[in-house]
Amino acid sequence: MTILQVQNLVKEFDGIKAVDDISFEIEKNSICALLGPNGSGKTTVFNLISGYLKPERGKIFFNGKEITLLSPHKIAKLGIGRTFQNIRLFLQISVLDNVMLGFKYEKGDKFFSALFQTKRMKKEEKENLFKAEEILKFVGLIDKKYELAENLSHGQRKLLELARILAREPKLFLLDEPFAGLFPETKKTMVDLIRKLKEGGKTILFIEHDINSVMGLAEKVIVLNYGKKIAEGKPEEVRNNKEVLNVYLGKKYEQNP
Amino acid sequence: MDYLIHILIITGIYTILTLSLNLIVGFTGLPALGHIAFACIGAYTSSLLALNFGISPWIGLFIGAILAGFFGMVIGFPSLRLKGDYFALATFGLGIIVYSIVKNWVSLTRGPMGLPGIPHFSLFGYEISSGWSYLILVLTFVLLTYLAIRNITNSPFGRILKGIREDEIATLAMGKNVNKYKLIVFVVGAFFAGIAGSLYAHYITFIDPSSFTVMESFTVLLMVVFGGMGSLKGSFVGVLILVVFPELLRFLGMPNSIAAPLRQMIYGLLLIILMIWRPQGLLGKFKFK
Repeated sequence: MTILQVQNLVKEFDGIKAVDDISFEIEKNSICALLGPNGSGKTTVFNLISGYLKPERGKIFFNGKEITLLSPHKIAKLGIGRTFQNIRLFLQISVLDNVMLGFKYEKGDKFFSALFQTKRMKKEEKENLFKAEEILKFVGLIDKKYELAENLSHGQRKLLELARILAREPKLFLLDEPFAGLFPETKKTMVDLIRKLKEGGKTILFIEHDINSVMGLAEKVIVLNYGKKIAEGKPEEVRNNKEVLNVYLGKKYEQNP
Repeated sequence: MDYLIHILIITGIYTILTLSLNLIVGFTGLPALGHIAFACIGAYTSSLLALNFGISPWIGLFIGAILAGFFGMVIGFPSLRLKGDYFALATFGLGIIVYSIVKNWVSLTRGPMGLPGIPHFSLFGYEISSGWSYLILVLTFVLLTYLAIRNITNSPFGRILKGIREDEIATLAMGKNVNKYKLIVFVVGAFFAGIAGSLYAHYITFIDPSSFTVMESFTVLLMVVFGGMGSLKGSFVGVLILVVFPELLRFLGMPNSIAAPLRQMIYGLLLIILMIWRPQGLLGKFKFK
């Protein structure tokens, strides 16, 4: 079953096509990677899917519903959670509060619930506090829960950003370079977490530019270059694709393998 | 003694303004520079209602606050879509526009001549004119404002406000309608500023546009920043220091012509010192980014 469908997406910046007629489909409960060199349009595709940018042409469907022109918060509410390439945390509040901000409240986050400190709000808050601690245990940041997010290391920030969208319980995770700048150990933690998410029935689409990081994790790889899709398929297939080799290793490789 | 009570009443009114601006600037991170405009709307509304229609100041205060909140909504709806500095400029413009209107709409506001003879509050036939009784009235409103803003900020709702301050784009990714939250905060801030304006009008019993210049907005903003953004206790401290400190100059026996500009200079100097050594304000937890 398809969870995400992208059809003929085009996005231009001042006449330059950052995304040029890209189409792909993501199967439910799979791990897929968006691969490509710097500036190939990977993050632009993410911004289009999550609603921060609107395409010039093309359509995006999530669970069969068109989301092309919806605003980012509405897309997030439908069940797409994303992280950012340059990590966007709420730096001057605690790690715990960062996760708490992710939760959907039924009534508890309304203005009047706050003003009158309703019982309903306190109850929801208590339940979410418990869930937040579970999530922090899951990603291994429970010791840091009262720390300000700005005091975390780079790797911990990456984990916290993931924890924060876990609280939203999205169906589709869009992870923008989840392994960038991570120590091998933290990278392993991140890979394990992504696998666990898949076991839990979630769908993951992540961006990566290192072809080796994708092997063994992704079931499907989509390769972009200069805004165009140049290959799509299983990691092994893609690794031996001529065009991909050209992009990653240059023309020389093709002549003298 | 009367002098001391007067200072405390003024402190109280400034506290309401500062707390409400802290909600907008300190907690939500919106750089609003026209807060006094809402106080102006509140003050003129309840004064004109009392003078022209004999409406009780109690009702006038409430209508004034609602009207200030309504203006907050009308102004906020377009301007909250602007980012950072542009929003600051838009609210700065709002401050100037409201000031110009009350100054030039002579048939309604009597312009620079001001509105004299504004009635006092009265309770069960007893007039709350000055001194202790008015101080208690003002402190009651300070307490209400404090409780309201403490509750608002101490909740999931308040957490979202802090999220908006820290990173708007990430808050959107959390599925929160950022513009809606900003608008609510702006309206609530304007509402309480309206109350402060009305309390001022019915205490002094005379208002004119000069009480609501853009400079006043900066004074209130200074109090927020000085005490500490995102800290309610800080707002109390900020107001107390910045109201009481200049008053002390009077005891040095300085003529008014020197004391007034000196006060401005001291404000400036304090702000520079603070920004160098403690950019988050005395009790603040958050810094401007």
